[in-house]
Amino acid sequence: MDNDKILDIYTRMLRIRRFEEQVGILFAQGQLPGFVHLYIGEEAIAAGVCAALRDDDYIVSTHRGHGHVIAKGGDFNRMMAELFGKATGYCKGKGGSMHIADFSIGMLGACGIVGGGIPLAVGAGLSAAYRGTDQVAVSFFGDGASNEGSFHESLNLAAVMKLPVIFVCENNRYGEFTPMEKVTAVRDIAVRATGYGIPGVIVDGTDALAVYDAAAAAVARARNGEGPTLIEAKTHRRGGHAEGEKAFLAGGVYRSQEELAEAQLKDPLLIMHRRMVAMHLIAPDVLEELDHRITQAVAEAVAFARRSPDPEPEAIYEDTWI
Amino acid sequence: MAKKTYVAAIKDALAEEMRRDSSVFLIGEDVRLGVFAGTRGLHAEFGDRRVIDTPISELAVAGAGVGAAITGLRPVVDLMFGTFLYLALDQIVQQAASARYMFGGQTRVPIVYMVQNGGGISAGAHHSQAVHPIFMNVPLLKVVMPSNPYDAKGLLKAAIRDDNPVIFLSPLSLTGVRGEVPDEEYVLPLGKGEIKRPGRDVTICSAGATVPAALKASQTLAVEGIEAEVIDLRTLKPWDEALVLESVAKTGRFVAVDESKPICGAASEWTATVAEKAFAYLKAPPQRVSGKDVASPFSPVLERAVIPSADDVVMAAKRTLLGAQEPIAQSHEARDSNQALVHGS
Ligand SMILES: Cc1ncc(C[n+]2csc(CCOP(=O)(O)OP(=O)(O)O)c2C)c(N)n1
Ligand SMILES: [Mg+2]
Repeated sequence: MDNDKILDIYTRMLRIRRFEEQVGILFAQGQLPGFVHLYIGEEAIAAGVCAALRDDDYIVSTHRGHGHVIAKGGDFNRMMAELFGKATGYCKGKGGSMHIADFSIGMLGACGIVGGGIPLAVGAGLSAAYRGTDQVAVSFFGDGASNEGSFHESLNLAAVMKLPVIFVCENNRYGEFTPMEKVTAVRDIAVRATGYGIPGVIVDGTDALAVYDAAAAAVARARNGEGPTLIEAKTHRRGGHAEGEKAFLAGGVYRSQEELAEAQLKDPLLIMHRRMVAMHLIAPDVLEELDHRITQAVAEAVAFARRSPDPEPEAIYEDTWI
Repeated sequence: MAKKTYVAAIKDALAEEMRRDSSVFLIGEDVRLGVFAGTRGLHAEFGDRRVIDTPISELAVAGAGVGAAITGLRPVVDLMFGTFLYLALDQIVQQAASARYMFGGQTRVPIVYMVQNGGGISAGAHHSQAVHPIFMNVPLLKVVMPSNPYDAKGLLKAAIRDDNPVIFLSPLSLTGVRGEVPDEEYVLPLGKGEIKRPGRDVTICSAGATVPAALKASQTLAVEGIEAEVIDLRTLKPWDEALVLESVAKTGRFVAVDESKPICGAASEWTATVAEKAFAYLKAPPQRVSGKDVASPFSPVLERAVIPSADDVVMAAKRTLLGAQEPIAQSHEARDSNQALVHGS
């Protein structure tokens, strides 16, 4: 892999991390309406996968979707404004955190319904095949989502039609507050691929370069007309299921200290940073400068969102046939 | 009497019924920890066998509930948000609601599906829908939508004891609301509404999330010398037609308020019944106040504009007092443009 690619992947990850950290702070301050689910700890997956895509490829996201938008090249200002519910947001304040989309970069939408986006990626793949392009479609979803019927129906449909789809399971070992082993009959989601006659690949989801390699192989396969791949990226959710959950759980505990500590250790950003410095790929001060610029851009996005107007109440009838 | 939150009242009802009847059990996603706290703590008392955390598989869980119900158990299925019922719709409509009738009375389906319904907290389009009319339209389901902790407890207990499938809807915007809940055992009958405030001038019919708006509107109207009678239906199916018709016979004016959408919404059903059965008593055209006919927007400003407000109810009540029917030509225009239809009602 060339150095530019590595730096590209790292930049995407850092953009996600700094954005999400700020969102966490804003939510704690009560500045954001609704719910937010942060992607912190899982950055290597969105970054590694999206770095293997072309701009005209598609992705479909989840309730934990900020990272996917950013990795595909999303705009901080319009994202942040959407999280504030402002008229300048990606969805003019109509969508919010769980419904961010940017069709101009092939980001076909976050999704509040677990497993709800998976069939859309199959349809985007079908559309690419139908139109005779060599675009591919990626469906991101969680370990929990792989217990929904939509997952199973989608894998079979994509497999039997040999569609250019990459199913990326972000296995962070939890669905809300329930550990995977209590609700999922297999330890590896990837083995489910066998039931649909497609490759199932397990990758360390905290290693961005490994994710990139797995994604690049699956993308090549899909572009070649060889059909879908299921990639299971094993990762950790560093924070809660949703921001503000502590207050709401009122002392309820569902994760051990050891497991949380392990999640902190396996920080994909640190892993990548250490590796780049060790390989003398890039000087630490250049990385610091990059971090500074990104942090600055996030701060500007917050300012942009704050000074943006709320939508007018009349806007409820815009974007309809009414 | 203790003041309790809506969710605490739900928890009490579940605990009491589970103690009373060992065939009652709770099943759903994260019911052990309790996403809305209504099931929190029950696991400590009842254990793994009766408080079952499930995979995120709404269709299978809803249908497994039916299978358990037709073989002697009384499941309470917690599906969290009303919109998640869509994933389970096939099993609820085709199996739960149909089995008793379709199999010629060989079986009963004593099951409760419990969810949070409606919007009001910027949860976004996928989590903020008032789904009840969909289920009102399913034959042989019962649909309950209490507006306060006292009713929630008494009606949930009745729902669990009922031999028919019941959709039990807690308004999302009212989960934290507190109210008096007696310590003594009580059960409220399904299908009975309540007059929350008596009045002679206009009947305002509501349920669930819109009851507070209806009551607030009645206070505003009272300041202007208009005495509104506010009804909380509590159960949407079967619903307390008699209570509503008697009230309209007294007031001669009718306003139906509901968060669901105007076309085939709950308010439409109530209004149609009043027009059909109490026409002779009406002094003015009945009015509907419904949610605006668009998806639920995220922005608090937009969401407020979509959900019926107390002001909307006041305006509708005043329209009945003016007694003037809109010219028919204008109504046609309104229907054609559709926008006016949803704006105007
Ligand atoms: C159909 C549906 N069921 C339940 C939920 C509630 N819910 C939101 S996120 C979530 C957990 C999802 O787990 P997973 O797919 O592993 O994604 P993660 O949150 O871990 O990224 C659940 C149960 C939902 N949004 N949609
Ligand atoms: Mg998960």
